[in-house]
Amino acid sequence: MNEIETIAIELTVNGRRRALKVAPHHTLLDVLRDDLELTGTKECCLVGECGACTVIVDGRTVDSCLMLAVEADGAAVTTVEGLAIDGRLSPLQAAFLDKGAAQCGFCIPGQLMSAHALLALNPHPTLAEVQEGLAGNLCRCAGYQQISEAVLATAEGADR
Amino acid sequence: MHTFAYERPATLPEVVALLGRHGTDARLLAGGTDLIIRLRDGTLHPGVVIDLKRVAELCPAIREEDGRLAIGATTVMTDIAADPRVRRDFMALAEAAAVVGSVQIRNRATLGGNICNASPAADTAPPLLVYGAEVVAAGPGGSRRIPIADFFVRSGQTTLEPGELVTAIELPLPRRRMGAVHVRRSRRRGHDLASVTLCCGVDEAGWTRLAYGSVGPRPVLAVDESGMLADPDAPEAARAEILERLFTDASPSPRSMRASPAYRLAMLRTLGARALRTAIQRLAEE
Ligand SMILES: Cc1cc2nc3c(=O)[nH]c(=O)nc-3n(C[C@H](O)[C@H](O)[C@H](O)COP(=O)(O)OP(=O)(O)OC[C@H]3O[C@@H](n4cnc5c(N)ncnc54)[C@H](O)[C@@H]3O)c2cc1C
Ligand code: FES
Ligand code: FES
Repeated sequence: MNEIETIAIELTVNGRRRALKVAPHHTLLDVLRDDLELTGTKECCLVGECGACTVIVDGRTVDSCLMLAVEADGAAVTTVEGLAIDGRLSPLQAAFLDKGAAQCGFCIPGQLMSAHALLALNPHPTLAEVQEGLAGNLCRCAGYQQISEAVLATAEGADR
Repeated sequence: MHTFAYERPATLPEVVALLGRHGTDARLLAGGTDLIIRLRDGTLHPGVVIDLKRVAELCPAIREEDGRLAIGATTVMTDIAADPRVRRDFMALAEAAAVVGSVQIRNRATLGGNICNASPAADTAPPLLVYGAEVVAAGPGGSRRIPIADFFVRSGQTTLEPGELVTAIELPLPRRRMGAVHVRRSRRRGHDLASVTLCCGVDEAGWTRLAYGSVGPRPVLAVDESGMLADPDAPEAARAEILERLFTDASPSPRSMRASPAYRLAMLRTLGARALRTAIQRLAEE
């Protein structure tokens, strides 16, 4: 078998600088899960439909199954493992728990990343804006109502 | 996924040289929302992938110059949908950009990629046709402009020559006031490719420009210069006849699984009539 040529990249993941060598055809999803062992980001449809693989790259959500790891060279990446603050759940994560938004839980890391990015851009979204903001995240357990409630409750709680 | 060599050129001449060296073995990568899927499913297996996102001349930017709004090829849908100049003069393009896929897709999907992929369902194609956009292409022979109406051939096929790439899409700033709107029909709300994607523009001289996609091998532009369509007081039967004539180039494929030809044609008429009303209304409110 041919030796696959790897490319050296440097990126920041959840605030920590990482230097690693990646195969050009490995996606950011592959590298997060397999090389960096951050398995909170889920692999599912691999065609950009479900959002289970959503992470934040330089402030914007992307489907990490549709981005090559080499493309993240120099970028700042946040995964679900980076949401907790000083080892405690973020208000958004706590609201997901509180509202019973997680059923089987598989889609939740992606939902959290989309919701986190939405609230950063739009701290007081309407229900319609939450639904549009999370339209790229499917939930097979159909917990959409609880998920939207959790996002709206987080926005409300931020005022208090 | 098959492995490949990855190139990340920093300048346009480097891209052109790489394309010249590798020929059909090379593939350009912009946002990857079409390409990476095809690399993974094996329909494409290039030896070299050339990433355009760090090419200085292609940097994502929207600039006003010489009576045109120039949108860099790697500008993503999120930025097009939010840009105040696009929203002021080319609202239907902002509307189309805002319905491409999901937030995650719009954060990656580029305008250049949308037109070069040349899907008949590409949502930005109808507004670009209505606004009379020009595609700026660069290649070994230098740079040239291609009217968008001469750009699409069929799915995956454009009139770009081998060795050429798109550097920008330019929209002439409107000389006459125009009201325009983008509408589409998809199987479900949220992200899905359109069964019909359509844009209608009406200007103050009475011209109606109607463009539609996903109802044939390539997006189509049809124009009425009689002024009748744009005039809500013209006889209804005459207007209906003209509108019908603008749909004659629709030829939906019976092989598509997304929607039957009969459904697409019915939706084309419904959306076309609706978009015409909205365009007239928007012109009046201008
Ligand atoms: C889940 C999902 C939903 C989607 N929904 C929609 C939708 O609603 N509407 C819609 O229109 N599309 C949709 N798409 C398709 C896709 O997102 C768009 O076509 C997008 O604009 C492609 O841009 P890109 O930058 O990702 O292109 P890429 O995948 O990087 O490239 C696409 C093709 O164009 C070529 N190319 C790219 N840039 C250039 C250039 N500058 N010069 C020459 N060739 C170039 C590439 O080589 C490749 O062949 C969807 C895709 C997914 C995965
Ligand atoms: S696994 Fe990436 S979108 Fe489904
Ligand atoms: S909680 Fe099970 S898929 Fe969403």
